[in-house]
Amino acid sequence: MDLEWMAWTPPTAIFFITIALILLAMGIWEIISPTIERRGILPLSTTRGDRLFIGLLGSGYIAIAWMGLTDWNLYLSLPVYVSFIGLVMRFG
Amino acid sequence: MNKWEDNKAWFLVLPVFIVVAFSAIIPLMTVVNYSVQDIFGPGQRYFVGVEWFKEVLNDSRLHDALWRQFLFSGLVLLIEMPLGIGIALLMPKKGWGVSASLVTIALPLLIPWNVIGTIWIIFTRPDIGLFGAAINSAGIAFDHTASPLHAWITLMFMEVWHWTPLVALLAYAGLMAIPEAYYQAARIDGASAWATFRYIQLPKMRGVLTIALLLRFMDSFLIYAEPFVLTGGGPGNSTTFLSIYLVKVAVGQFDLGPAAAFSLIYFLIVLLFSWLFYQALQNVGKGEER
Repeated sequence: MDLEWMAWTPPTAIFFITIALILLAMGIWEIISPTIERRGILPLSTTRGDRLFIGLLGSGYIAIAWMGLTDWNLYLSLPVYVSFIGLVMRFG
Repeated sequence: MNKWEDNKAWFLVLPVFIVVAFSAIIPLMTVVNYSVQDIFGPGQRYFVGVEWFKEVLNDSRLHDALWRQFLFSGLVLLIEMPLGIGIALLMPKKGWGVSASLVTIALPLLIPWNVIGTIWIIFTRPDIGLFGAAINSAGIAFDHTASPLHAWITLMFMEVWHWTPLVALLAYAGLMAIPEAYYQAARIDGASAWATFRYIQLPKMRGVLTIALLLRFMDSFLIYAEPFVLTGGGPGNSTTFLSIYLVKVAVGQFDLGPAAAFSLIYFLIVLLFSWLFYQALQNVGKGEER
């Protein structure tokens, strides 16, 4: 199958594979241990999937701020996303 | 056993998932791929990292288009939501008036979007248009092709005329679904018309109003055809909204990389606001129910 029209690059392929693996892991986790809605530091009740969505969306905005406000390499922001998603998943 | 029966529903969702994958996810992946490359043509592309994102985030013309877009969507919601609810409250609840008002109010929704723009060009022309000629004969020099303010007024009128019926129809459907017993209870308690609206009709319409708000925000934030036909983004850049500017960059200049980068930022903005509106409306009145 020729995927040249999709113009894949290694970084974007890794990005989407990571997202797909996260979703797969969340699906397996849900089957093994179904989520219970709860209220943490966020001002709303959330399921595990809600918190992942908030974490990913927030990371998107962190990336925009990183690119718009600094000249630092975007790869340096990776620990910030991981920490943010981890915090939201654990305490959100 | 129950668990297996519940999970079978996923197979029914599978066709939708496949359609969404082909119509949304795969194109979105392609846009992400384009956003990090300089595309010259088939097979001619060069990885540039986040260069386009930096360029787009510091482009003042895009900043202006973004603020214009927020102003437009904000005004649209501020006008269309209360007006739509008001129209729904005034619409007849039984008799021949129901069908007559439903058909009349739905008419603007049946007209193709580019035709809407053409109708309003003619309608507001100072020489032959009913609105334009009338307002000019009243001594006001109205011309949406020359004045940014007049262009905005015309656009807002067009947008409100075109899409308020959708809000009204959704609100009307919500109102008609309220059982008569609630109104009887309100009458027994001597509730005023305002109290009936505030504590019965408005909470009962929450679901349909959520849909109306989301649809109107997303549609108005992504608006293209009507302003493109009516004003072409002018005069100057006064009505150049995000989608019009994006099309100029992507199709007019064939700058696919910057256009893809901004499309993704555009997507994140729509996603965030839709989620915020959804959460806000889902939580309206929950504190009072306790």
